[in-house]
This record gives sequence, C-alpha cells and structure tokens, in this order.
Amino acid sequence: MCLAVPGRIKAIYADQGTTMGRVDFGGVVKEICLAFLPDIKVGDYTIVHVGFAISKLDEVSAQRTLKVFADLGLLDEELEQLRSSDSELNHGAEPGG
Amino acid sequence: MKYLDEFRNGDQAKALVARIAGLATRPWAIMEVCGGQTHSLIRNAIDQILPPEVEMIHGPGCPVCVTPLNMIDKALEIAARPDVIFCSFGDMLRVPGSRADLLRVKAAGGDVRVVYSPLDALKLARENPGREVVFLAIGFETTAPANAMAIKLAKQQGLKNFSALVSHVLVPPAIEAIMNSSGNRVQAFLAAGHVCSVMGFRQYHPLVQRYKIPIVVTGFEPLDLLDGIRRTVQQLEKGEAIVENAYSRVVTEDGNTVAQAVIEEVFQVTDRGWRGIGVIPSSGWSLRDAYCDFDAEKRFDVAHVETEEPPQCRAGEVLKGAIKPHECQAFGKTCTPRTPLGATMVSGEGACAAYYNYGRYVQITEVAHT
Repeated sequence: MCLAVPGRIKAIYADQGTTMGRVDFGGVVKEICLAFLPDIKVGDYTIVHVGFAISKLDEVSAQRTLKVFADLGLLDEELEQLRSSDSELNHGAEPGG
Repeated sequence: MKYLDEFRNGDQAKALVARIAGLATRPWAIMEVCGGQTHSLIRNAIDQILPPEVEMIHGPGCPVCVTPLNMIDKALEIAARPDVIFCSFGDMLRVPGSRADLLRVKAAGGDVRVVYSPLDALKLARENPGREVVFLAIGFETTAPANAMAIKLAKQQGLKNFSALVSHVLVPPAIEAIMNSSGNRVQAFLAAGHVCSVMGFRQYHPLVQRYKIPIVVTGFEPLDLLDGIRRTVQQLEKGEAIVENAYSRVVTEDGNTVAQAVIEEVFQVTDRGWRGIGVIPSSGWSLRDAYCDFDAEKRFDVAHVETEEPPQCRAGEVLKGAIKPHECQAFGKTCTPRTPLGATMVSGEGACAAYYNYGRYVQITEVAHT
C-alpha cells in the first residue's frame, strides 16, 4: 500500500468540489486528487497514495541526497586505492616477499 | 523512472553496505515499522547483504495485517447484503475472517468491488443512488487523509447512500507498545517515510527521549533503506538517540498540514484493537460525531458479529517482531498465500507473504557428493 511512486503533474483542474490533476508515472497517466497540495504546479513531482497526492517531491533535496550517495562511493574507491597502494608498499618492503 | 531508478544504483548500494559494515562493531536489532519497507528489504535481498551484526526485525506496519478480525467479519456481513456495493482496496479481499473472506462473499453473489482510491467508491455511490455503497476505510496515517477526504466530500455532496467501515491505526502508539512489550529486542526504528510525509516527524521526538532509541525516517528504495540503516547504526554505535530524516526529498518536520487538518475534521483518536496484538490505547482513528451518519457500523448494525482466530496462526508474534515468519510451524505448509491462515500471509506488505514470495522459506539441504 505504501510503495508510492513519484509522478509528474501534467494538468490541474477542478472536479466534484475538489482539485484534481493528471499525473504521469513513467508513461502511465492517472487522475489524482491534489487537494492536499494547494501550491503544486504543473511539472512538479509528487508522491501519490491511493489516488491522492500527499507530498511534493523536493527535487533540490533529491539531488543533494544522490550527491551524498555518489560521494560515498567515490570515497570508498579512493580508500580502496589507498589500501591497495599501501599493501603494495608493504608487500615490497617484506624481506624475501 | 525519474527519482526512482537513481535510488536503485547497485554500486552505491555496495558502498553503503560497506559503510554499514565499517560502522557495526556489535549486534544491533533494528525494526522497520512499515510493511512496504519489509517487502523492499526482502525483494532486494538487503537482509542478506547486510553485515551479520545488523538484524532487521519486521514491524506491524501492514494495515491489512493488523485490521482486527471482528472488523473483517463485520465487512463480510455487510458485503453479503443484497442492497450493498462493498468497496475495498484489493489487498483486503483474501484476508481471512473467522469463516470466509471477501472473495468468497463475492463468489457467493455479493457485490464486492476493488477500488484504487476511496474517490472511486464515491463515484459508485453517485452512479448507483438506489444502492448502499460501503467503503472499507483501513490504513495507517498515509491512507487516512484520502479516506477522510472521501467522507468529507460525501457529506459535502449530500450522498445519503455512502458510508465507511473505519479501522484506522497509528504508528507512534504501536512503537510504544513494542517498546513496552516483555522480551522486546528492538533497539532502533526506521520510521515509515510515507506516514511521515503526512504527519511529519515531530511526534517522534518524545519517543526518542522516553525510550532512548534512534528513530530514522526512511524511504522505500534500496538506497533509501540502506542510508536509513547506516544512519541508525551510526547513532547506535555512538550511543546517540535522535530523530533523523533520511527521506528529506519527501518528508518535512511538519508533514502535510492541509491533510492533517482534514483528518482532524473527520476523525478522532480512539483505542483500537490490532489483529494478533490486542487493544493498544489511543492507537486509531474513528469517525467524529459530526460524521457519524457515514458510519457503516451504525448503519448496518453489525455489533453482534462474533469472531474466532485460527489457533495455529502466529501472526501476532510476527507483527511484534518476536518471531520471523519461517519460525512458525504452519509457514509454507498449511499456510501459504493461496491458503492463508493469517493476514500477514496475504497482504502485499505482510512479512509472511514477503518471506514466502521471495523464497526465504526454502531450506537449502547440502547435496551429498559421492
């Protein structure tokens, strides 16, 4: 029930006394209630749950998190390189190695 | 898909696992509260790539699993009425009641319909003015705004033939119940990202202070889960206990205040029975008096319904994290997704279904070499 997928707002309109929108989930477009996100605009990404948009996806924050993950990977690579160069040095220093 | 695939990167997942392994110096037991997270952990084999020091305990955050048996039995009774169109999320249809499930009621002629959204049930009520349309309104804080809005709109639209069978549950009282239960092993929690997208995470600060447990708001994709676990292990190793937000692209401290206002207008806090766990004080929402005309329990007078849980089902212990699904004698034998004894084997978020569907029940026997 909670595995919400981010969708992109394509259109916003009023229907049956509430705000509705067309939201694109990677090519599948669904009609979604936008009443809980009064400031949402066309082009924004949103998390949808049982037909209601419950949160606007903060794209700046998403990029920041991805950068942290990417840097973690890079850091690990650098550490690995350091370790292997260390062990090469040690290896070379071993008598009769 | 944008903002989905990026959070499934295998190399970065490996880097995060290495980071967790580097942090963990002794055993830690962490509970992911949400059933959606349980399924993501098992489907992506995260439970198998974590260092042996980190044990994930699966929590009670499967709304279908914890909906009390007497509510299912009431649903079955209402759904069998010839004047009713009974609407439910698809997950609920195979959840066993005392004597049947909604699919069997449908097979016997009941008009049971699967809806994607509670607004679909409202549409059915508008299109079928001569029939009673009843919606089974279950779920945690994530689903509550949608269900509350449907009921609010039904009142606004003057729909006399719409009602809801309400059985909403709340995460923070469940965390308290787990921490207070005897034999509890949980040392930290991953808080459910989408519950927090609605409610924010302000309400977790008192829990962190009272129980000295780290709580990290976590998303659902593999990198989100690994980052939530990494931050949790970091706190545990340092002896810290604070609320952290590892899902900042979706969750803010205050949550969605517009959605909270609609919940507050339609629902009030109530004691709620949790299937397999028992009554937890102030752990659910029911309809406020102003909306009691939309209460299906009152409209159809189902208070007399008697219930009976199968004695061999240990779903309650699974939901509290006391046992893992495969430790139940019935698991994979008398209890499978086709013949479930309890709701945890049915739901897309149930821990037993996750273990069964992703092969965690398979016993690997050594092949003798001759």
